[in-house]
Amino acid sequence: MAEPLLRVHDLRTYFYTENGVAKSVDGVSFEIAAGETVGLVGESGCGKSVTALSLLRLVRPPGRIEPGSQILFDGRDIVTIDEKSMREIRGARMAMVFQEPMTALNPVFTVGNQIAEVVRVHHGGSKKEAWTRAVQMLEMVGIPSPEQRAHEYPHQLSGGMRQRVVIAMALVMNPALVIADEPTTALDVTIQAQILELLRDLQQRLGTSILLITHDLGVVAETVSRVIVMYGGEIVEEAPVEELFKQAHHPYTEGLLNAMPQVGHERERLATIPGSVPPPTDWPKACRFHDRCPYAWDRCSAEHPPLYQIGAGHVSRCHLADEPQRRADKHEPFVTKVMA
Amino acid sequence: MRRRLAARLLQSLIVVIIVTTISFFVIRAAPGDPFSYDSPTITPAIRAHWRAQFGYDKPLPTQFARYAVSVAHGQLGYSFPMHEPVTEALAAAVPRTLLLAGLSLALSFVFGVIIGVIQATRRDGWFDRVSSAILLFFYSLPDFWGALMILLLFAYWWPILPAGNIVDPVLHDYMGTWDAFADRARHLVLPVLSFTLLTMAGITRYQRAAMLDTLPADYIRTARAKGLSERRIIWHHALRTALTPMVALLGLMLPALLGGALFVEKVFDWPGMGLLAANAISARDYDLVTATVIVGSIMVVIGNLAADLLHMALDPRVRE
Amino acid sequence: MSDVNTARGVQRSLIGRLWRHKSARWAAAIILLLVVAAIFGPMLTSYTGSEQLDIVKLKNMPPSWHHPLGTDQYSRDLLTRVLLGARISLAVATLAVLMSMTVGTAYGLISGYAGGVVDSIMMRVLDGFLSIPRVLLLIAVLTLWNPVPLSGLIVLLGATGWFGVSRIVRTQTMTTRHVEFVDAARALGASDTRIVWRHLLPNIITPVIVTATLAVGNVIALEAGLSYLGVGAREPTPSWGSIFLDGVEFFAGNWWVVLFPGIAIVATVLAFNVLGDALRDVLDPRQLHGGPALPAGKPAPSSNANAPLTLGTDPIQNG
Repeated sequence: MAEPLLRVHDLRTYFYTENGVAKSVDGVSFEIAAGETVGLVGESGCGKSVTALSLLRLVRPPGRIEPGSQILFDGRDIVTIDEKSMREIRGARMAMVFQEPMTALNPVFTVGNQIAEVVRVHHGGSKKEAWTRAVQMLEMVGIPSPEQRAHEYPHQLSGGMRQRVVIAMALVMNPALVIADEPTTALDVTIQAQILELLRDLQQRLGTSILLITHDLGVVAETVSRVIVMYGGEIVEEAPVEELFKQAHHPYTEGLLNAMPQVGHERERLATIPGSVPPPTDWPKACRFHDRCPYAWDRCSAEHPPLYQIGAGHVSRCHLADEPQRRADKHEPFVTKVMA
Repeated sequence: MRRRLAARLLQSLIVVIIVTTISFFVIRAAPGDPFSYDSPTITPAIRAHWRAQFGYDKPLPTQFARYAVSVAHGQLGYSFPMHEPVTEALAAAVPRTLLLAGLSLALSFVFGVIIGVIQATRRDGWFDRVSSAILLFFYSLPDFWGALMILLLFAYWWPILPAGNIVDPVLHDYMGTWDAFADRARHLVLPVLSFTLLTMAGITRYQRAAMLDTLPADYIRTARAKGLSERRIIWHHALRTALTPMVALLGLMLPALLGGALFVEKVFDWPGMGLLAANAISARDYDLVTATVIVGSIMVVIGNLAADLLHMALDPRVRE
Repeated sequence: MSDVNTARGVQRSLIGRLWRHKSARWAAAIILLLVVAAIFGPMLTSYTGSEQLDIVKLKNMPPSWHHPLGTDQYSRDLLTRVLLGARISLAVATLAVLMSMTVGTAYGLISGYAGGVVDSIMMRVLDGFLSIPRVLLLIAVLTLWNPVPLSGLIVLLGATGWFGVSRIVRTQTMTTRHVEFVDAARALGASDTRIVWRHLLPNIITPVIVTATLAVGNVIALEAGLSYLGVGAREPTPSWGSIFLDGVEFFAGNWWVVLFPGIAIVATVLAFNVLGDALRDVLDPRQLHGGPALPAGKPAPSSNANAPLTLGTDPIQNG
């Protein structure tokens, strides 16, 4: 097995705020191989975006990556390298696509300029060369009349096109890893599909690895080969995508899957996960999901579950792996009992 | 674009007309007239004659009509105390004020922007705190006090620079070209210094706030994710966007700037528009005063127009 | 947590956070001291500000035990005069600003609420007013209508200082009018007056308060400047500016006549500026509106000013 492109080991990113220490990412470990597309799923507040920012070391004070965290990329630990070396990686070896295309682009520069900038900064060369490359990228991401469009400003483009520009900007230096943080959330459903297809297509053509971050399991199903589910700043389940959908293990994943509206089932009430995501300054004790879990028993509020191996490439942070018989004991989660 | 420009020009014209009207009526409506000064040789009959001759006995609206017509022809009236047409008096004074105000404004902006950016990027650091405190102090100084203190400091207690006027009143005409230039420069230092210090404070504060608003923006985060150096992010990406409100500020500051110039000119005896206006007012030089207010306002309007154009140049979003 | 979108909520959180602001406390203390000194001070000294005590022996005396701030060239006690000056400067400024804020707010509310043609016309006229340099106009009127009583001065200052506020109020009115929850409230049947009261007012009050505070400092400085030019408060009324004017003739020699009123003016204006700044920090627009303060779109239709700092943009200083 070749050395993975990215190996994250025990990543902790804490925010030191007036209200206490927010442990947004609290011990996350995973790997991404070259050419792989991995999905990172979870609700808002579970730490997935902060994980992404940590990978690029874009976390600003009062947040910081805790010592002891390790992010091995291209063979070196990028948590400890100096800022200059990190800047050489950003945009060139590892790039990011952000959520809001409306605000991700600088309004006073042309889109061609902003893409060309990446080339000039990392590759040098003349303005003309960089511009040509920028136009090439615009074409690759499917923007019609790229030579003209390159001279336009972000506000002159639609949301979908802006997102394509952002993707072009991320891919122009042919990075090994692209992190896409909720790339389609702010877009219309039809445009969503287009953007996802674009990502798939580019991934195949260029062989880039993609870390796709989203709260929408539907997005994940079409695009990735492996899924990581996060909750409470931790990974709670990881599995190949088909297995996750057919045989999800962790009750949270189960809840997420049940909550997805499905065509053909319109008459049924939408299932929800009772309770709400706890604040990162105050993760629940032991299993962080225990108060919202329909299977929880006393062990869950006493002992923090490790990642149990469920199958090949499938892990789950749930004591049910150890005591599967408890699955028969479905009941009201504690949180609803308290609320009632 | 062109249509928009035409619209702005029309708006500006309307504003100038409004200003002219207001100034005219406010000034002419005052009790008295240019001929009210005491003098043993002027009998009431002579006064009445002058009033009739120059139209001051007619009802105000008629006076206004005549004035408007002459202004449209470029005639701004006659200055009795100075014995010359108003246009000539102004023609000498306006460029001097432009020099003083223009130079000070330019310096204020350059320094203000640079300092404001540094303050914002090292927020709450020692530089930010110290410079903010100093600038707040200068900002709170009344214009005349600041100018006076600087005059005191550098012209009396530590006399290294001339105390006023635009050139040496006695020797200038005898100086060679280089010396004459140096003479002018030396006389410029203190007024420009005072004016700049007073104006810079407001600009820096504004720029600091504008930068602080821009730095957390999403596109700045994108720029970082692209691997750009912090320097490029601040001075190329953030500053460009943060300059747009500064241009708006420029437009708003102009009227206050002219007022400030008045005080500085008075303190340093700088023969510009401000001093001219102040003297004209005491001399009941109606035409000159009206004209000064109008010209001042036109300068403001032109300045606003220029600021608007600059805004359009800087921010592509407002170009439609 | 108090609901900062109601008037009372604004009050509570404002006072709470202002208290924690260090420099604001100093500024408020100085202002309080000033007000007290202005009201009670002149009663405590044994001189009146205008009596010439002994023109031969007591004129131009530097600070001493009997005259802590010295005497001027008419042998008047300077301390008393400066204290009286405090009264005048503060009174004039406060009243003028009160007037400006009232007129400006009304103008802005009408213009913002009416919209359309009315708004355009009102804004054009406002642009016209704004283009006239305030100092020039004041000097012109004050000289030509000589002599102007103090009340006239106050009215003039008030009448020339409302332009900036009205624009701010107008912007706020237009923004708040269209904010969703106002429409929602209207859909629920709330009457227009009720909407104005509960939603519009707190959003307007805060920038107006900040502008007013900064304006008081500004008017004090302006009034002093006018007096220095000889057109403000007249003899023997001892506004700080006119005391200054007296002293300027001799300033190389009688430094105290120039220094003390100068310090008084600067300290006062500084205090008001600091307080205004603190108020602006505390009443952060983002707290109240939940959006970025820099608008991403077009500037306001009148002139080129959609000032990003909606709370009391200082350099307009038209208050």
